[in-house]
Amino acid sequence: MNDALQLAQATLLDAPGLSEQALSQVMDRMLSRQVDAADIYFQYSRLESWVLEDGIVREGNHSIEQGAGLRAMSGEKTGFAYTDDLALPQLLDAAEAARAIARAGSSGSQAIARRAAATPLYTPTNPLTSLSEQEKLELLRRLDAQARALDPRVQQVIVSLVAVHDTVLVIDNEGRLAGDVRPLVRLNVNVIVEQNGRREQGSAGGGARRALDFFLEEDRANDYAREAVRQALVNLEAVDAPAGLLPVVLGPGWPGVLLHEAVGHGLEGDFNRKGTSAFSGRMGEQVASPLCTVVDDGTLPDRRGSLSVDDEGTPTQQTVLIENGVLKGYMQDRMNARLMGVNPTGNGRRESYAHLPMPRMTNTYMLAGEHDPQEIIASVDRGLYAVNFGGGQVDITSGKFVFSASEAYLIEKGKVTAPVKGATLIGNGPEAMTRISMVGNDLELDSGIGTCGKEGQSVPVGVGQPTLRIDELTVGGTAA
Amino acid sequence: MSRYDLSQLQNIVTALLDEARRQGATQAEAGVHAQQGLDVTVRLGETETIEHTNDHGLGISVYFGQRKGSANTTDLRPEAIRETVAAACGIARHTEEDPAAGLADAKLMIQEVPDLDLNHPWDIDAQQAASLALECEDAARAFDPRIDNSEGASVHTQNSLFVYGNTHGFVGGYPTTRHSLSCAVLATQDGEMQRDHWYTTSRLAGELESARSVGEEAARRTVARLGSRKPATTECPVIFKADIATSLMRALFGAIRGSALYRKASFLLNQLGEPIFPDWVNISENPLLIRGLASAPFDNEGVATRANQIIDGGVLRTYLLDSYSGRKLGMQSTGHAGGVHNARIENTGESLQQLMERIERGLIVTELMGQGSNPVTGDYSRGAAGYWVEDGEIAYPVSEFTIAANLRDMFSGLLAVGGDNHIPGSIDTGSWLIERMTVAGN
Repeated sequence: MNDALQLAQATLLDAPGLSEQALSQVMDRMLSRQVDAADIYFQYSRLESWVLEDGIVREGNHSIEQGAGLRAMSGEKTGFAYTDDLALPQLLDAAEAARAIARAGSSGSQAIARRAAATPLYTPTNPLTSLSEQEKLELLRRLDAQARALDPRVQQVIVSLVAVHDTVLVIDNEGRLAGDVRPLVRLNVNVIVEQNGRREQGSAGGGARRALDFFLEEDRANDYAREAVRQALVNLEAVDAPAGLLPVVLGPGWPGVLLHEAVGHGLEGDFNRKGTSAFSGRMGEQVASPLCTVVDDGTLPDRRGSLSVDDEGTPTQQTVLIENGVLKGYMQDRMNARLMGVNPTGNGRRESYAHLPMPRMTNTYMLAGEHDPQEIIASVDRGLYAVNFGGGQVDITSGKFVFSASEAYLIEKGKVTAPVKGATLIGNGPEAMTRISMVGNDLELDSGIGTCGKEGQSVPVGVGQPTLRIDELTVGGTAA
Repeated sequence: MSRYDLSQLQNIVTALLDEARRQGATQAEAGVHAQQGLDVTVRLGETETIEHTNDHGLGISVYFGQRKGSANTTDLRPEAIRETVAAACGIARHTEEDPAAGLADAKLMIQEVPDLDLNHPWDIDAQQAASLALECEDAARAFDPRIDNSEGASVHTQNSLFVYGNTHGFVGGYPTTRHSLSCAVLATQDGEMQRDHWYTTSRLAGELESARSVGEEAARRTVARLGSRKPATTECPVIFKADIATSLMRALFGAIRGSALYRKASFLLNQLGEPIFPDWVNISENPLLIRGLASAPFDNEGVATRANQIIDGGVLRTYLLDSYSGRKLGMQSTGHAGGVHNARIENTGESLQQLMERIERGLIVTELMGQGSNPVTGDYSRGAAGYWVEDGEIAYPVSEFTIAANLRDMFSGLLAVGGDNHIPGSIDTGSWLIERMTVAGN
């Protein structure tokens, strides 16, 4: 039996009074045309957030989103409609609108036959109630006090805490029923420091598919406060970043946003089916240095990017994208897998019931290599050592990608020296990957802070990598 | 069409405010919206997706003295009203006394909501939308033999209704529409693959650019990228093409908005009355523009909006404040809860060609990548693509480089604003010529 599925059925079908017979009626409405596939995605999501600023918990919000998205597919065509009212007449109306994409005819009907059993990767807990309100507020106040106590130059502290309890249920035209209960928590500390009129900021945080006690374990929350203050103080000393082509050493963990942008998006199934990616048609080719093995893995327990089943009910898996530099696999949802004649990989994701699913990353990272990280830094005569990043972006067609360093240092004669101001790094995905000449033995995953945007839809993701050296990348500083 | 009309949404807002008072709130404000739309995408001559959008939501903020709580939901049914108010009150039991919390001052509330002609529903069905999108994509694909693939063309139309109210007694709302047509195509030459797009958007379908012109512009932009080179690392003048220059206006507005100022998270602290730009620069906003894409008679707190001179003779004349940030700064709301409405910078009259002749050699930037703009320090470093200018003419396309400087220096080094704006949008600007930036390439 599957606890998450039972909970999802109770929340999304029993509560609004939808019987299996009613569901079949809605599905049959879509299947009364010539469709290749169809699904109904039910969602009930609760979110709670708290913000502390200027020493007081000044804001809190409670949010409920619920609805169902109905999708009918015929060849490369998709019809989609959704409703935030889970009553049968509204569901039938949406089915009517979604099926209009397909030609007249019939695709038969199918009762719910299979209940998909997936290994749960997290506890179907409600994180909103996992700490009392007093405990949540005390946590925020403690981090504020701690950040301020760390250094008198701290001028402003903003602490935010978010907990999401997301319940989903998906039924497809083959009668398969899958459900999931997805907790997600996120804590962030942002500080502004000032010294002699110069102001800088630092930000740190983390998250997981856990209850809120995640932040109380291993002194995590306090680490975020210390880390935010440390970063801000480093930036007070930062000098102008260099401009031009340089060897770049990326630290472990969050700098894996490199992989997300340089190769990840370009290996999503939809772009490759359509031939719009710089990686299209390159399966089996050397697209990165032989030191690189990159995977997308939605099965890591409790990780922010993980899912027991994706938003189409497919269990997630570890997909090898690049093995020893050779392109091995794309990330697929059901539609693109069907059209490309391959298996879905559990990467069909959507922001909510009001959005269409598409191939998306889960946790994307590079496996560890053999080098000692110190050895990698020591190998660079003059270059950049970048350890923290803001966001990135990629043009999947030209392969050009950027990611912006928020904490970086010069490397001079093999030693890490002065901190430099934030700078954007730009490269060409396939080229940059072939210039990776050293890979560290220190693989780390990020602390659970990533959000990926694609075609206007945001989903939580993870990234990771060991320390690695790229022989040449354009660094966008001002010191030419 | 929506299950809801304006009077129903007004009733929901009134019910939310009544329920908030009943549950003990001293003040409250509520908003409700209902949106209906159609999105049709065609690709390579075939309909690809038909999406019917249908969104609802209500939100309430309650105040118990100086303590605030908020809640929102997608559920507009009567039973959701009491639950949502209760959730907001539950939050307010735990937040702390905040001297700056509360509604905007009653005397700032709009008295009468003018009709700004923002509502023009487009009577178009999925088949008609697909035909229009096909015409657009066909024009792009026929434009040049190097156009060999497509991400498709889309028609989007949306009808929105929203109502805001608060316990000062103000309840107001209005319907709006928004329609757009966009196209993205790919071109290949000597193994190099490029993609670009173009779009048009309006309150009124009849004011959209033609499908053919949107498709052809998407194709023109895509083909123009072919043969791109990576420029050498250098310092030079940079022209931000009009549709990209809007991002520099946004960076200015981000730095003078109240929430950034009271948090000291802005590179433009304490600059009211100080010169930010050269003395010929004037930036204004007109929230009451007829059919404007960012028009709004009142802001998100019910405060009447008004025309503003934001930069006058290069000098910063107003911050952008809502009631909360205003109180934090000891000032009054300027009607900017929800941001700037229809901003415009006066141009200096030159065409893009004249701007190029003026710099002789430098860059035109047509695309920016990434978020490398630090709001606290003004440090700016972003990925870019565009054209290299030599002898006042476009020499070749360039890509895979960054441009960097500090926004303070970029603003004070603004040399000209072109008269080449033809894109209706919430920010109206021509191309910007910036005196000097660092280009990092080869």
